Amino acid sequence: MTASFLGEDYLEIRNLTVDFDGFKAIDGVDITLQQGRLHFLIGPNGAGKTTLVDALTGLVSGTGAAKFRNHDILAMKSHKIVRLGIGRTFQTASVFEKLSVLQNLDIAAGVHRKARQSIFARSKVPERVEKALDTIGLEALAHQPAGILAHGQKQWLEIGMLLVQDAQLMFLDETVAGMSGGEREETGELLKRIVPDRTIVVIEHDMDFMRRYADFVTVMHTGKVLAEGTVAEVQADQRVQEVYLGMTTEEETNV
Amino acid sequence: MKMTAKESPDQPDAGRRHGAQGAAGARSTSSLAQRLSTYGPLIGIAVLAFLLLVWAPNSLSTFRLGNLGRYCALGLASMGIGLAWGRGGMLVLGQGVFFGLGAYAMAMHMKLEVAGPGGVPDFMMLYGDGTMPSWWEPFRSGPFTLFAIVAVPLVVSFLLGYAILKRRVKGSYFAILTQAMAVAFATLLVATIKQTGGFNGLNTFSTFFGHNLYNPEVQTNIYRLAAGLMIVFLVILWQLYRSRYGELLVATRDAEERIRFLGYDPANIKLAAFMMAAVMASIGGAMFVPIVGIVSPSNVDASASILLVAGVALGGRASLFGPALGAIAVGYGRSTLSESFPTQWTYFLGGLFIVVVLLLPGGVASLWPMLRSRLSSVQRKPSSIDVDDGLEADEPAVLA
Repeated sequence: MTASFLGEDYLEIRNLTVDFDGFKAIDGVDITLQQGRLHFLIGPNGAGKTTLVDALTGLVSGTGAAKFRNHDILAMKSHKIVRLGIGRTFQTASVFEKLSVLQNLDIAAGVHRKARQSIFARSKVPERVEKALDTIGLEALAHQPAGILAHGQKQWLEIGMLLVQDAQLMFLDETVAGMSGGEREETGELLKRIVPDRTIVVIEHDMDFMRRYADFVTVMHTGKVLAEGTVAEVQADQRVQEVYLGMTTEEETNV
Repeated sequence: MKMTAKESPDQPDAGRRHGAQGAAGARSTSSLAQRLSTYGPLIGIAVLAFLLLVWAPNSLSTFRLGNLGRYCALGLASMGIGLAWGRGGMLVLGQGVFFGLGAYAMAMHMKLEVAGPGGVPDFMMLYGDGTMPSWWEPFRSGPFTLFAIVAVPLVVSFLLGYAILKRRVKGSYFAILTQAMAVAFATLLVATIKQTGGFNGLNTFSTFFGHNLYNPEVQTNIYRLAAGLMIVFLVILWQLYRSRYGELLVATRDAEERIRFLGYDPANIKLAAFMMAAVMASIGGAMFVPIVGIVSPSNVDASASILLVAGVALGGRASLFGPALGAIAVGYGRSTLSESFPTQWTYFLGGLFIVVVLLLPGGVASLWPMLRSRLSSVQRKPSSIDVDDGLEADEPAVLA
């Protein structure tokens, strides 16, 4: 494979199929997710983007193969997949609203702790958490309950939680949806800062955002991979224009 | 990029900078409040310890003291329910089982003390052929009995909890399962009259680890032991609730599926709380026997289990003191009211329960934070986790 010279932190998906009682939500998908690039996963509603991520994080079961660090993650339980270094966010931000920003990050850092360490109270902020707080720019709000954060800040906190988990592979499901323009820009810059030593997969509807930040794009349609390549390559693809990019930008951003 | 114009473009940055100054100021002023909210409960525990261990033995009659000791024994089980239900979201309606395991272990030992070395408990002569089942034999040993009081509920709760929680059984299904356990346990006890004393239970003890139970001083000391254990477990729970595990348990209660995607198996987190609750119930049961002088299936059956839960709901299931004080209040109310209205006291309890669930879903313990936030709503800063999740209406319905 072309990817063999890269580090071991890439995910090789081969012939992945998710069958919902005869309806193939994902139909024989082959994708290789390489380290160090912002990989955008786009496609019209119902293309199977979220289902693909669900299958790769143990939420729905799929057939085929998905190899990460010599493990077939399709056979693994959700929490084991996380411990292997694969994290995800959800379409609706799901931080613990009653816990503070710090506590949210601290809980996410728990994957690195032994069980017996957790019977003590937190005496100081772990280095990992401090670094993540700095990266996502929420230091000032560290002691505030996550429930009072703005929508964009909650999504950054989710990304921060993936950082303290030390997720080598992150799936971000429509992270910038509902964000203001300024927030989108900050999110894009944040992703660019953290991507060099990991793999980030972004499911997105915002074509402007995609054009600006994507290193690599996979276009999905009806459960299959329609096209892959750089933004320019994908945009030039006739089939992609037909099913997806043919629509005007205004229509898409206002979904 | 049309959206940019509609919303203020500099909002995130501005929010961040303003937040930096605001939080820096707030942190120094709230550090005292924060420390108070962390260590304040210890002051509460100290006050309670003084009342239970110093004031009560000097002021109450032996009879009243015995009653208080009984509430403390029940309170230990209630505190376990507070942990499993209030913090862990598992409505345990069968804690009578674990209470019973401890109570029967202790009662068996005390029964064998009465029988003397090599002797056989009286009821086995009465109902059986005077031979003792072999599994009674180890309970002649005091140390083994104490070991069993902790180990047996640990093993049983592990096996039950593992089977139930790993299968992701939760909500009312979990409650019904545990309730069924209590029914089965009581039925089993009634059915095995030759081995467990059946419906009559185990009674007529004379000594507690060699001390004469009729000696008022011994009675006071047994009370002190029960009250002391309650204080000890309050401190343990205080530490547990402020630990990382405590935070994780609350997070699991509130969003179990989310926890999975942080790399935890929620079943393990809940299992630990379930086992801890079982041990606390068992120790409470073990203290119940020397104080009350009898344990019978009616002390461990489904309605006894529900009564425990009712006390926890009244006191405040997610608070540190709520379950313990709720148990004492329900026990006291039960004794006092049943002296004046022998048959009607349950109506009072039921009425009180309805009032609390309707008006004070977080239990009586939620009154204080509610009042405090109303009084100082202007300057109040959120400093600790809000663990009282407002008792969602679906759960108490099971109790009704």
